[in-house]
Amino acid sequence: MRSIRAAAVGAVTMSLALAATACGGGSSTGGGSNDSPKTLTYWASNQGASIEVDKKVLQPELEKFQKQTGIKVKLEVVPWSDLLNRILTATTSGQGPDVLNIGNTWSASLQATGALLPWDAKNFAKIGGKDRFVDSALGSTGAEGKDPTAVPLYSMAYALYYNKKIFADAGISQPPATWAELIADGKKISAKGKSVLGAEGGNVSENIHHTFVFAKQNGGDFFTADGKPDFTNDKVVAGVKQYVDLMAKDKVIPTGDAEYAQNQSVSDFAKGKQAMLLWQSASANLKSQGMSDSDYGIAPVPVQSGTPGTGTQVNSMVAGINLAVFKNTKNLDGATKFVKFMTSDDEQKILNTAYSSIPPVKTAQGDAAFNTPANSVLKNTLATSAAALPQVASESQFETTVGTAVKNLFADVAAGHAITTDSVKAELEKAQQQMPAA
Amino acid sequence: MTTTTTAVQEPARVNSPGAAGGSGRRPGRIRRVGLPYLLLLPALLLELLVHLVPMVIGVVMSFKELTQFYIRDWGTAPWSGFDNYKVSVDFDAPVGKALLHSFFVTVGFTLLSVGLCWLIGTAAAVFMQDNFRGRGLLRALFLVPYALPVYAAVITWVFMFQHDNGLVNHVLHDQLHLTDKPSFWLIGDNSFWALLIVSVWKGWPFAFLIVMAGLQNIPRELYEAAALDGAGLWQQIRRITLPSLRPVNQVLILVLFLWTFNDFNTPYVLFGKSAPEAADLISVHIYQASFVTWNFGTGSAMSVLLLLFLLVVTGVYLVFTSRGRRTADV
Repeated sequence: MRSIRAAAVGAVTMSLALAATACGGGSSTGGGSNDSPKTLTYWASNQGASIEVDKKVLQPELEKFQKQTGIKVKLEVVPWSDLLNRILTATTSGQGPDVLNIGNTWSASLQATGALLPWDAKNFAKIGGKDRFVDSALGSTGAEGKDPTAVPLYSMAYALYYNKKIFADAGISQPPATWAELIADGKKISAKGKSVLGAEGGNVSENIHHTFVFAKQNGGDFFTADGKPDFTNDKVVAGVKQYVDLMAKDKVIPTGDAEYAQNQSVSDFAKGKQAMLLWQSASANLKSQGMSDSDYGIAPVPVQSGTPGTGTQVNSMVAGINLAVFKNTKNLDGATKFVKFMTSDDEQKILNTAYSSIPPVKTAQGDAAFNTPANSVLKNTLATSAAALPQVASESQFETTVGTAVKNLFADVAAGHAITTDSVKAELEKAQQQMPAA
Repeated sequence: MTTTTTAVQEPARVNSPGAAGGSGRRPGRIRRVGLPYLLLLPALLLELLVHLVPMVIGVVMSFKELTQFYIRDWGTAPWSGFDNYKVSVDFDAPVGKALLHSFFVTVGFTLLSVGLCWLIGTAAAVFMQDNFRGRGLLRALFLVPYALPVYAAVITWVFMFQHDNGLVNHVLHDQLHLTDKPSFWLIGDNSFWALLIVSVWKGWPFAFLIVMAGLQNIPRELYEAAALDGAGLWQQIRRITLPSLRPVNQVLILVLFLWTFNDFNTPYVLFGKSAPEAADLISVHIYQASFVTWNFGTGSAMSVLLLLFLLVVTGVYLVFTSRGRRTADV
């Protein structure tokens, strides 16, 4: 009898404990606090060739920060394939890091969720003021007219990377400045049995970055001035078609690239199988794959005619990484100090050198390290001919729907189907219909 | 017929021990009857916590307009009534049309996959019944795909299906010259077959395992008697093996159906976040509708519809198969 009673008591206790845990665990959705001033959690994006490389780059800097402030930073490098999902999960649960890297194109979308700390004048003052940052980088930190949702950390731009040896073998003396030249050069390169230009046809984000530029060069915008999706206007359709035609009609992108989504095109280039690559800040990545700096040249991305500039002469998106503070942080002061540390001149030089990116901080940009031929092309592009992706709340959805449309178009080409203005328009129409109504 | 059965059952009921106990000692009886339930309580609560609570929250979410503007604080998301459902089942509009397409792809895929898994699994189990040298080794080998972690197994298939350096194209095109040019397996229409192959490869060992266990319960004498009566192998399978496996198969098919219909890992690892249209399985489709476009309300509504569909199918299946079994038992 006693044992039965014990069992009953046990059962009841366990049930109560379960009920209690079920009720607990809720999170406050209020602003930040300073409840735990001695630690910070930091989610870094994967900037180096691998997550291990990132840890090696960042860990010594975090220790420096700990020495200065006594705050221990727990680092997690999150792969790109997971980062946005992790941020969304953190947003819905309220359980997230204190400080995190975000792709700068997500700024407006994440701003709309209200999960990140807005950088008003008061917050900017704590890290040395808004004026420290380059304007083009600030243009990708949130919707216009609102306080930025993050501060720029690394800036990047697209450039044309070309293999010097393949060019010499094919008798090409200088890199192409227009698409027509690129296609003409492509014929000479194909004749030598090498593939011409790499693309990541299955990578939704890469597709967006390129079609955005092609649409610009055709005078088109994916969103109207008041932020409504407008994917099927003739100029956008022409831009998307021009990009897909590089594979379909001009045959400079091999059809095999239609299924590339894990940077295989970078490997093809690094291994010398392919003559050209359109990529953002690829130097560090190419080096890690065994391609030496002297083997390739860097030129601005081609335009339709003339030289790169603004308007239809745009030849890159403003690529980059922003640093954001999670609004629910338990260490608001520490998080702000950390942002100040990461955007300080010294750290900007160290980190941007390691990742072959350009510092978005004016005073750091002048450093000699960023005047190499490679970096001057990127710096010049950012300063004169790069445009920010639309800073609208539905940007993230735009990347997915239109990026998938382009992926489908590449798959069509690979399957041998013809690409026409109508078929491009139909895919874009489908993408637009999936966009949120708001 | 029915009257006789009830007449036979009646006396048995009277003799059952429950009816014999009087209504004299109430408290003791409550204690005795209550204790098992009390002991079940922790498990019940855990079940509620792990299964029912998330399910209810999911259903609630499907009635809310849970977009990026509200995910930080769900409470503030406005109620949207049946709007999410209307969007999901409006088959003239793109969202509904895509969902319907995905549904048909999933049904076709599930039927083929379950059928092939069952067929291969049963065939292998029947052939493995006879004792021969190396049987244990083969059995173990057959179970490997089932034992491998899904990600590791499927990513290997991704490498094999690659257009440029994949093993499949190397064999089909470079060595056997079956195709004019290397095929794409991970994009376009072929992706359906790629998905089916991986799914069957991964699923049939389970069918094999279950059928093998079921076969152990069929008495050897039945086969010996049948053989004496002149039944061949095929007749033995048809007249003895399959009818005896009936109860096992009922459960097996149902479980395979539910797993395959809901499978997320295989298509996700194979194709990533946006599957090609030909292989757009419903679980990945719903994932995309909610996570990639940040509209968790619509995603939940689609999930609830899927749940209802699976409940109906399971219910109908169970009613039909158990009715068949009851008549078979009598």
